[in-house]
Amino acid sequence: MSEQSTSQHIIACKDVNKWYGEYHALRDVNLNVKPQEVVVVIGPSGSGKSTFIRCINRLEEHQSGDIIVDGIPLTHDVRNIEQIRSETGMVFQQFNLFPHLTVLENITLAPIHVRKEKKTEAEENAMSLLNRVGIPEQALKYPGQLSGGQQQRVAIARSLAMKPKIMLFDEPTSALDPEMIKEVLDVMKELALSGMTMIVVTHEMGFAKEVADRVVFMEAGSVVEVGTPEHFFENAQHERTKLFLSQIL
Amino acid sequence: MAPAVQSSMRNALPPPSERSTVLGWLRKNLFDGWFNSALTVVALGLILALLRPLFNWTFNTARWEVIPANINLIMRGQYPPEQAIRLWVVLFLLAFVIGFAWAANTKTIRGELITLFAIPLLLMLVPFFDGGIRLNLLIIEAAGLVGYGIGRFVPEKRSNLGVWALLIYAVVMLVILRGGSGETGLWAGVPTNLWGGLLLSLLLAVFGIAISFPLGVLLALGRQSKLPAIRMVSVLYIEFIRGVPLISLLFMAQVMLQLFLPDGFPTIDRALRALAAVTLFSAAYTAENVRGGLQSIPKGQYEAADAMGLSTFQSMYFIILPQALRAVIPVLVGQFIGLFKDTSLVALVGLFDLLGIARTILGNPNWLGTHQEVYAFIGLLYWIFSYMMSYTSRRIEASLAVGTR
Ligand SMILES: Nc1ncnc2c1ncn2[C@@H]1O[C@H](COP(=O)(O)OP(=O)(O)OP(=O)(O)O)[C@@H](O)[C@H]1O
Ligand SMILES: [Mg+2]
Repeated sequence: MSEQSTSQHIIACKDVNKWYGEYHALRDVNLNVKPQEVVVVIGPSGSGKSTFIRCINRLEEHQSGDIIVDGIPLTHDVRNIEQIRSETGMVFQQFNLFPHLTVLENITLAPIHVRKEKKTEAEENAMSLLNRVGIPEQALKYPGQLSGGQQQRVAIARSLAMKPKIMLFDEPTSALDPEMIKEVLDVMKELALSGMTMIVVTHEMGFAKEVADRVVFMEAGSVVEVGTPEHFFENAQHERTKLFLSQIL
Repeated sequence: MAPAVQSSMRNALPPPSERSTVLGWLRKNLFDGWFNSALTVVALGLILALLRPLFNWTFNTARWEVIPANINLIMRGQYPPEQAIRLWVVLFLLAFVIGFAWAANTKTIRGELITLFAIPLLLMLVPFFDGGIRLNLLIIEAAGLVGYGIGRFVPEKRSNLGVWALLIYAVVMLVILRGGSGETGLWAGVPTNLWGGLLLSLLLAVFGIAISFPLGVLLALGRQSKLPAIRMVSVLYIEFIRGVPLISLLFMAQVMLQLFLPDGFPTIDRALRALAAVTLFSAAYTAENVRGGLQSIPKGQYEAADAMGLSTFQSMYFIILPQALRAVIPVLVGQFIGLFKDTSLVALVGLFDLLGIARTILGNPNWLGTHQEVYAFIGLLYWIFSYMMSYTSRRIEASLAVGTR
């Protein structure tokens, strides 16, 4: 891969390895993501999907290989880590909203204290984000008073408030009741259409087919296969991929 | 969910036949069938039999005159009577600051506030208080109301003015109590070894709590620190303090502290040494309680804060500590009540707190044999303040419970 092609990638991962103690969780993972691309990561439980996307914003530390986010190399340098984190938003399976703060406070906290926005400005922005995810009327409630789907939409709004260039999603709908999955997926689709760069770990194959530019299949810490959704769901190359798809579809 | 259920229950009235008549209540709760009626009668008889000697002692035998005769000692120890006005001024200011801080923080009048304002008025009813005391109680009431009135003008976003007022008050109060260096006059110095009684007990407790709390939080954070040196110092401190009884710390502070200080270092006065011991002791327990709270916070909260780019300090200050402390309010208040009662141990190292003063009074030949009366009274004082603390804690918990989790 030439210098040039690296620079047009907003995320570049080269030979990334990660160990939990003795356990080899990521093996020579290579993946490049272009701006505005939507990449869906699938794979069996324990294959390292979460570990991989959590390495991208340093919630986990990789031990070898290079991760470069928007031109910033992910090293031990705290300034680099801070900068990368300010450009990436993350949405978790368990929402991880702050239960002692209202929805509005959840969303404005980081803009005020990290981006140093004025409170009124941050609140206006938060309200427009809440409009975007469809729940402006919940602004003054506490997370515990919302449904799971609403909480996850708040979590998405909270990440967006930091004006990130990249959004990472780790199974955002896995903790939701079926009737709430759609409302969250709709928000994510709208986000993808608006041009956000996204890496999404999910088991929602419908979402992958409809929205993904590329699908990545991981197993046992390695990337087994990468391709467009058409390629993937119609003629996967590897036996393991076919087996996994036959089980899940 | 819970608040909704509660409020709908509060709104639903019981059927009219059972509503709020004493007879109805009695019938429903105590005389519901012959068996329950019999139980009620037997239990009532037992209680009366047990309480009779107590009643008899309280209303016939006890020599309660020992209390009014020594009330000044009990309240303020050896603090010079001609300087008593300074104690009253301290109380006037306290009422003012509480009223101010309350109004600065919340504009709604609630039951607790009314209770607070009722206290001076109720105290005026104490039979043996003279006109001077009653007048001062009236001034306290007025100061509280004035403070409240002024506090109402504090705008919403300046509500931390209330906290500042309390902090400033703490310093001003000490200055007023201590006075200058002169021997006589209105501003005469009053060395702390003359401070005593309820005054000393409360000061030890309040300052012990106010200083040990932040110290304990820092120790709890230190114990979780990534830096091994800080972690080790915190662990050593906490485990050492928790391994020794408070009384031994008090003796060490009185006897040995001076040995550790460089030559020529001015002698630290005895009350301060006792305060240091109580504070250092309490900080270790606070640290362990706070650590419990920190451990109850799910990992996802740290991760969400990290992912949003909050610094370690910001994540602690805005996300982790508020939740951790909230989770341990009941334990902490329990511990602080313990601290308040434990201040009575300073009597054993020669200070004249409530207990120390009680022992002095009992040493006076005029009051031989009034142990029961004196100890019952100071017990009552301890109970009143402990109960106020636990009541406040329950109110705080209730007001914070809204919408969490
Ligand atoms: N903190 C950790 N310490 C040790 N091992 C870990 C840790 N986190 C994950 N692992 C291990 O690393 C492997 C990959 O975990 P990871 O959570 O990335 O899988 P996943 O693909 O996201 O699975 P799932 O679909 O169940 O979420 C698993 O075998 C897991 O047991
Ligand atoms: Mg996972």
